[in-house]
Amino acid sequence: MRRIKADLHVHTCLSPCSSLDMSPREVVGAAIRNGIDLIGICDHNSAENVLAVKKAGDRNGLLVLGGMEVASAEEAHLLVFFDNDDDLLGFQEHIYRHLAGRNDEHSFGLQVIADDEDGVTGFCDRMLIAATSLPAEAIIARARAAKGESLVIAAHVDREAFSLIGQLGFIPPSMSLDAVEASRMTAAELKKQFPDCGRYPVVAGSDAHGPDDIGKRFTWLTLENVAIAEIKKALAGRDNRKAEC
Amino acid sequence: MKLSDVVKEFGLEVKAASGNLDQEVTGGYVSDLLSDVLAHAEDGVLWVTLHIHQNIVAVASHKGLSGIVLVQSRQPEKDTIAKAEEENIPILVTGLSAFELVGRLYKAGIRGIEAD
Repeated sequence: MRRIKADLHVHTCLSPCSSLDMSPREVVGAAIRNGIDLIGICDHNSAENVLAVKKAGDRNGLLVLGGMEVASAEEAHLLVFFDNDDDLLGFQEHIYRHLAGRNDEHSFGLQVIADDEDGVTGFCDRMLIAATSLPAEAIIARARAAKGESLVIAAHVDREAFSLIGQLGFIPPSMSLDAVEASRMTAAELKKQFPDCGRYPVVAGSDAHGPDDIGKRFTWLTLENVAIAEIKKALAGRDNRKAEC
Repeated sequence: MKLSDVVKEFGLEVKAASGNLDQEVTGGYVSDLLSDVLAHAEDGVLWVTLHIHQNIVAVASHKGLSGIVLVQSRQPEKDTIAKAEEENIPILVTGLSAFELVGRLYKAGIRGIEAD
């Protein structure tokens, strides 16, 4: 069993609101400098930099979980991760089919697609800052329908804007979430202010949009190996696995 | 109606871009979903919302809105003000609820967008 420090909410330069410094190599370098063992890559409504960060991570001994931060039709943000890259890319196709509009770089920012050596390979021209036309429940259902394991976390539920609780008032009891993320509050504060969160494991994530933010908030995971099934066990506190924040 | 007249008439507090009030308000739109505003608001429209996140400024800039009114005395976040100054998007605050403010704007001659 190993105990690792995980920050599951990290953006790259693909997110229009992110710093252009968040290139794959810099994201990996900053995570290592900041003492993080595992990062979750989740750009807004896209996963186009995930493979590059994974490659850069592999080279430098940093664990990388691939995912995206999807905006539901209700404008609630969900972090969705997959073990398999094929599942992630298939999920991305589904999200793209339900995401309208083209990016306006002046108003929203650049959306840089990079390779693992930080070479710019293109610019995503979809309006990634927008919300999909998919309700949160449909996004989760699509993630669960993937061949392999999926991990779904309600992002920054302690914020008013773009959080499941902020947009829907409470977390629907039927919703299949693996955890809720606290971006400002401690787990105890979160559960006190939003009793709904008591039903779910809590993770802390940085929502880093710049290198210095990576690892500012993190979760300790005790698990056998980094696979989503193990992370889920850790979140649920099963079989001596643990998640602490 | 000029934005500066709207500010005067309804006692709105100007939180950002006070130098950019000399614009014609061509209509009004009320929504708290950014994607809805992206899809339906039009150039010159005054947007009434309770949303205070900085993304409202990017949306207003992209759509060419004349300004944003925050209702119920909601205060814009610090980043929101900074971004609004940068983009020259007026941010105004009223103590009224959205329903009340919109009723009064309508009475003053500001109209909504025709539904598709």
